[in-house]
Amino acid sequence: MHWLIEPLQYGFMRQALIAGLLVGTTCSMLGVYVVLRRLAFLGDAVAHTTLPGLVVAYLNRWNLLLGALVAALVTALGIGYLSRRERLREDTAIGVLFSGMFALGIVLISRTNSYRDFSHILFGNILGVTTGDLVGILLVGSIVVGTLLVFHKELVLTSVDPLHAQVIGLSADKIRYLLLVSIAMSVVTAIQAVGVVLTTALLVTPAATASLLTKRLQRMFALAVLFSAIGTVSGLYASFYLGVSSGGAIVLACTLVFSVVFVVRSLVQQASFRSILLGRFW
Amino acid sequence: MSRCEHEHPRWAYGARGRGQPLDGAAPLQVSRLVVRYPGASKLALADVSFSVAAGQRVALVGPNGAGKSTILKTIAGLLPAECGQMRLYGNPVGACHHRTAYLPQRADLDWRFPITVAELVVTGRYVHLGWFRRPRAIDWQQVRRCLQRLGIADLADRQIADLSGGQQQRALLARAIVQEASLFLLDEPLNAVDEATRDLVTDVLAQEARNGASVLAATHDLGRLSESFDAAIYLQDGRIEQTDLLAVARGVASPHRTPGARCTASRTGDPACTG
Repeated sequence: MHWLIEPLQYGFMRQALIAGLLVGTTCSMLGVYVVLRRLAFLGDAVAHTTLPGLVVAYLNRWNLLLGALVAALVTALGIGYLSRRERLREDTAIGVLFSGMFALGIVLISRTNSYRDFSHILFGNILGVTTGDLVGILLVGSIVVGTLLVFHKELVLTSVDPLHAQVIGLSADKIRYLLLVSIAMSVVTAIQAVGVVLTTALLVTPAATASLLTKRLQRMFALAVLFSAIGTVSGLYASFYLGVSSGGAIVLACTLVFSVVFVVRSLVQQASFRSILLGRFW
Repeated sequence: MSRCEHEHPRWAYGARGRGQPLDGAAPLQVSRLVVRYPGASKLALADVSFSVAAGQRVALVGPNGAGKSTILKTIAGLLPAECGQMRLYGNPVGACHHRTAYLPQRADLDWRFPITVAELVVTGRYVHLGWFRRPRAIDWQQVRRCLQRLGIADLADRQIADLSGGQQQRALLARAIVQEASLFLLDEPLNAVDEATRDLVTDVLAQEARNGASVLAATHDLGRLSESFDAAIYLQDGRIEQTDLLAVARGVASPHRTPGARCTASRTGDPACTG
């Protein structure tokens, strides 16, 4: 058991574990809606478009979280505005803003002397999380999870039957904006953990894994949180012992969990299908 | 002179700002309604007038694209009216939304979303709950009773993804009744459902009508029009072609057409009614 305890003797590993679990919980819970409402592309776009905000904040020595948050909110609301009343199809609006903002980030970076300074923005730096960062992550995470709990019934109704929602005066657009803002906020916390490029994985993969196993919403939330915790912890340990990128290891661990669940589920389904067939013939 | 309402109606979620039915006002009064889909040049509805009395069941019939769904959506507040007037219990659209139940076509829902039948039906209570209030035991009891009435009590804890077409329709009607609505706007409630469901839906609507509720339903089912409805409105190209009093002897039907009204819309999108 020594190998389990050893990494915990280091302060940075303890901080990283706490940060990873907080980020994972926030992202995977919100991720259930991202998966069920088919917003994966949107989540990816919001994550990538934080880049210019992060770069501007970095160059001016402002708070990085704040810079990312502003950029993410601008994107989320911009996509909502462009696709309002179907003037533009949403995936088109996302495509335009996504690449435009990311390009702006790249141009801003190229004005500085070194790309190396930005590797922790692109690929995350969970091992360098400070106590201040932890407080920020906890705060943003509480707001996001709180929003999911408080507006649970409205989120469900607008997902299942947006027309009924509209008829009883509950604007499906407003709830959509609420979801977009929540995605923006949780993406910003995820960037700390795994970076701009891999953030979508924390949003989508654990929730997608959960959706393979259950058709109950409450269980889906619980399983998504569980899978993200497994991914975070095993990813961090792998990164500690193998000396590989922590963000990459966390995302890879989540993907591995997804693959195992997918394969096992397919095998079980095939087996039960076969036994039904056999039962019919014999 | 009819009034023109250009603004998309807005109203409050929950019990705030709710209008009370005016004494003696018809459940539904539509006059010279003109509707155009955003960006379309052709009118979806051109000068449509009719009314529905308390206890009356009116069918909207006509070919696809005639405007049946458009009428229902406009009355429900999902589409803005370009011209004309609608009154629900004497109130403008939205003020009496707690008494108005709109049943969308089944394809408009995301049936793959993981909730149970009871959880879908309880959303009918939300119009009374509003923000921050959760359904209480009394709401869930009401849900059970309505599920029983529609013969799907045993499906209460089943996922909505597992329902057949007929069961989906029953669940949607159960939600409308849980809402305690008195004006039912139904988009193709009898389309592609099994015989038992068709009979049950017809029965339940008849019971509701006897208790004073009104029904306006788009339907393709011409064979059973006179059994299921008191009157029918035939639509063609967004106009009322004919109104048929299926049971004139009952003396409850009152659809009428106002001839001679014209609507002109200027290029700026600022419509003006004459007539």
